[in-house]
Amino acid sequence: MPDGVAAHADPHGPASATGFGAAGHHPALQHHFQTLAQQQEAATLGMWIFLVTEVMFFGGLLMAYLLYRVWYPAAWSEGSLELDIRLGAFNTVVLIASSLTMALGVRAAQTGAQKWTVRWLLITMALGFTFLVVKFFEYREKYLLHHIPGPNFEFEGPHAGQVELFLSLYFGLTGLHALHMVVGFSLLAVITWMAHRRRFSPEWYTPVELSGLYWHFVDIVWIFLFPLLYLVDRARQFG
Amino acid sequence: MSGHISPKKTYYVIFGSLMVLTTITVIVAFINLGALNFPVALGIAILKATLVILFFMHVKYSSRLTKLICGTAFFFLMVLFGLTLSDYLSRGWFTAPGGTAGAGTQVTIGPPAPTEGEPAEPAEEPARAPEP
Repeated sequence: MPDGVAAHADPHGPASATGFGAAGHHPALQHHFQTLAQQQEAATLGMWIFLVTEVMFFGGLLMAYLLYRVWYPAAWSEGSLELDIRLGAFNTVVLIASSLTMALGVRAAQTGAQKWTVRWLLITMALGFTFLVVKFFEYREKYLLHHIPGPNFEFEGPHAGQVELFLSLYFGLTGLHALHMVVGFSLLAVITWMAHRRRFSPEWYTPVELSGLYWHFVDIVWIFLFPLLYLVDRARQFG
Repeated sequence: MSGHISPKKTYYVIFGSLMVLTTITVIVAFINLGALNFPVALGIAILKATLVILFFMHVKYSSRLTKLICGTAFFFLMVLFGLTLSDYLSRGWFTAPGGTAGAGTQVTIGPPAPTEGEPAEPAEEPARAPEP
């Protein structure tokens, strides 16, 4: 570090002053940051920018959903009834619960409760896996009923072609969401292993925090998909 | 580290609120409110997402820059929806001299169902061959 930059303290300053041994600073602190807090702030900001691109990624599909919903309200109502509201609601509860356990996992990492970090992360992964298993059975039912859009699509009703479009968007949206669940699950597996190896401390737990942000984002996507696909057009059938 | 540590109670309260809102939105799905079903369901979803963002994702305690970035997501989403719908929904409002009424308004997929009102305008190019 050049002399004369008084504001930028040497990160490898006297070991006795920092209490971090020969390195002179926290091992997780990279040299282009001045403090761990600044580093965490930059990492969080970067994660949020990535999540904004993810919002736009799902936004395109949601736009298609919205437009066709305006055009084909009757088909949307018919298609919506084909989805199992009980499984959808169950998965919503499972996913929101996994968000709670994820938040508690991040909190455990913040407070240095290493055992609880691992436990909460494992519970979060179990809930995420439950979600995917339920999703698999929902897809399987669609497959058995020939409700998967394509050459083998069969549907009884006056709007079969439009219902096929609804189901295409259903598979597109939930499929992309399920893909994100798989990615999130893999992330959590790595993070859990790192937590198990005691890689995190109250001073540095950025990977836990960022994985948490991703997991909550995937939860939010489902918070919108559940009413849009399972709920909103169901009521048309009543009264 | 400067991260804000929320009390556990906050997380449990938020989780409880999310469960209550989920229950409400499921119940409302079985009540026909006509045109109101969609805004009610969407409003509850936005409320739930806001709770998750503010508390689970710690945005309430984040820097203003992070809050701004978070806000841009919704801003650009509204630009996407707003501009696209203002195009599609306004098609056929006005007809250019020499043009055909309702050109490009709606693409009918499959055999048209002449059930309600006037039959849909056939599009210039059907998006898909009629179902056999």
